[in-house]
Amino acid sequence: MSIEFKLPEAIEKQVRGVQIVAENAMRPDSRRLDDNEHERPTRYVAMMLPQMQEMERANINAAKARAAAKQQTALAQKTNGHGGVAVMDAPPAEAPKQSTANLLLVSIIEMLSWGDAGIYLCIPGGGLGGAAIQAVGTAEQVERFLTRYTHGGPKWGAMAMTEPQAGSDTGNIQTTATFDAATNEWVLNGQKIFCTSGKLALEESDGLVVVWATVDKKAGRSGMKPFVVEAGTPGVIIAKVEEKLGIRASDTAAIIFDNARIPADNVLGDAEVKTGEATKGFKGAMKTFDTTRPIVAASAIGIGRAALEFTRDMLAKEGVRMEYGKPRWKLTSVQADLLDMEAQLRAAWLLTLKATALLDAREENKLESSMAKAKAGRAVSLVTQKAVELLGPLGYSTEFLVEKWMRDAKINDIYEGTGQINTLIVAREILGYTRNELK
Amino acid sequence: MYSFDMTSEQKMLVETVRRFAEKNLRTVYREAEESKHVPQAVVQMGWEIGLLPGAIDAQFGGYGEYSALTSALYLEELAWGDLGITLHLLTPNLFALPVAQFGNDKQKEQYLAQFCDEKFPKATAALVEPVIQFDPAELKTTAVKEGDTFVINGKKTYVPLAKDAELFLVYADEGGVTQAYIVPGNTPGIKLGKRVKLMGMQAVEMYEVEFDNVVVPKGNRLGGLKGIRIQKMLTLSRITLAALAVGQARAAYDYAVNYAKNRVAFGEPIAHRQSIAFMLANMRIELEGTRLMVWEAAYKFDTGEDATKAAVLAKLYADKMVLEVTDGAVQVLGGHGYIREHPVELWLRNGRGFATLDGNVIG
Repeated sequence: MSIEFKLPEAIEKQVRGVQIVAENAMRPDSRRLDDNEHERPTRYVAMMLPQMQEMERANINAAKARAAAKQQTALAQKTNGHGGVAVMDAPPAEAPKQSTANLLLVSIIEMLSWGDAGIYLCIPGGGLGGAAIQAVGTAEQVERFLTRYTHGGPKWGAMAMTEPQAGSDTGNIQTTATFDAATNEWVLNGQKIFCTSGKLALEESDGLVVVWATVDKKAGRSGMKPFVVEAGTPGVIIAKVEEKLGIRASDTAAIIFDNARIPADNVLGDAEVKTGEATKGFKGAMKTFDTTRPIVAASAIGIGRAALEFTRDMLAKEGVRMEYGKPRWKLTSVQADLLDMEAQLRAAWLLTLKATALLDAREENKLESSMAKAKAGRAVSLVTQKAVELLGPLGYSTEFLVEKWMRDAKINDIYEGTGQINTLIVAREILGYTRNELK
Repeated sequence: MYSFDMTSEQKMLVETVRRFAEKNLRTVYREAEESKHVPQAVVQMGWEIGLLPGAIDAQFGGYGEYSALTSALYLEELAWGDLGITLHLLTPNLFALPVAQFGNDKQKEQYLAQFCDEKFPKATAALVEPVIQFDPAELKTTAVKEGDTFVINGKKTYVPLAKDAELFLVYADEGGVTQAYIVPGNTPGIKLGKRVKLMGMQAVEMYEVEFDNVVVPKGNRLGGLKGIRIQKMLTLSRITLAALAVGQARAAYDYAVNYAKNRVAFGEPIAHRQSIAFMLANMRIELEGTRLMVWEAAYKFDTGEDATKAAVLAKLYADKMVLEVTDGAVQVLGGHGYIREHPVELWLRNGRGFATLDGNVIG
């Protein structure tokens, strides 16, 4: 291995393709979909569908391959144990090729968000729900739940974690899942809010939502489990679609579960409630965040890049040019601001790529993904706010999109863990502290 | 690909330099700073690691190949140990690396071999000028061609180890363009001025030097007729200085983390409080982000891509980051951070320097 900073050509090519989507099926609709909050970006959805279906197929195949490899390893260990004969003669398992799936994903999402962050979120596919299923589901579950996203019309997936009384405090969720042995079903009761694409997933397509619920309130975090709730399940009601500061093209749903019954094997992973130190359920949720935080960071950076490029181009028309390589006393404050904006985004992007590289190597990336998310959320807020300022009266007007980008950007410092929660995670990781030592 | 793993050779080098920094720099840094002097034994030990010969082609007496990325890796470790001593140790680089980058074959053959020797070479560079608005691309010092010679006139400052220098690389304006000239230390007209006293990094001896009608043969112009490309040199300078900034910041961050975990107030370690823990977390985030920017710029330089923009951004970002992180470390230590018993006050003084340093290729 060696240190490298180069986007593989195949990915670069795909990103260029996405740029065409961004320019033709996103930017032209940006203002209209911001003004008309609950309208759908149909043009964008249709354009993205084939590529997303292809990606979901690859995800399913990868999960199957991983499961097969795991089984083979387990078998080899078993043989070794029983026979007492070393399995050294057995052909070595083929070294897994370095995956670039997550690198591709963040690269695409950065470009889509450069197009429009609200529209991007209406991307057809498993979404955050799919990510959770891939992170903690079995290979059988991955296939059963995600195959729908590989064919037919557009379908969406979502994740429901937040509740009115439990935001960052995810351990405090009150939605319950009770097992009904008579029917071999889980019964869900409770209310979820802030579920991105929840309505698209449950009402507007045959999608699904991964719902976090507790199977045992006394068990605390270890009682938390992810359940797959499919569209059409009786007792699942979309109570409300929120009206927001930004990302208005994306639906943010409140969902009520009123004795919603789902099959026993719709719980992801292991149903047994672990007590004491084994907080597997909660850890499952947190593991999902390790994979989704770099994605949010990428989205943030896409918006930031849009704002920076636009601001730079508009100022260039006024004769203010970016200057690289002059000593700082020769720069105007506007030029210095532009350089600072670019540097902020670059730092955030490289942190994101590192968190992603670890993910692709299937290595621990909790620290790195939280660093990337905290940095990107903060950076894009500052960069877009500065862009509005630098463009003066027109920057603040709806004539340009920068004011919308600033409103869109802010969500990235909030969802998938606020900047503060991610900073807290970074702090605990670097200090080696538990949640009791550093609250 | 994007990958962040060092080669095994780089890992070994980093390990060696880290051990040297820990054992030999951290043990003497305060004494060196206060006495404004680097112990000869440390210089010799540092020289024996062989960092410079490792960046010079075998053809010219070295055993390696220059890599900005490898330099960035070891510079971070050295600066973690002590910045002032590092600047002393790397002073020969200020002469040798530009010669290796821009020199013609004759110059490389003539000068590089002595930098692959066992003895610490007495060579330095004179670039910075005593002005507020310094721009390496628009120098006040001039070089004028007269017959088969160049005549150099001007005042320089921040010239490390100038007192005993046997070779200077002097940067001067030649018709509106910055060029470099090899000037032997015994050339008439070189006037050693007073030692420069700086806010930090005081271990390294720096001097004002005046070049008063200093005449060198025209063959001493670095790169011959082709000369140097000042922008390329500045790019390399930015990468390497930013790498030092990362090392300085990491020292402060490491120290602050350790202190905050051990310092008890109100019955528990101060790191248990978000006000302290969040400062440390943000220091870490900025530190890591800057390091990746430095690596990216270095990677681009090594692969022959245009690294100008990446280097400018990395240096700019590093200048701010190192000040924030070293300041944060003093703040975490509170009153104790202000006392010279702890190193963080020195690191804040060092950290402030980076934004004012530009132009020299240090590693």
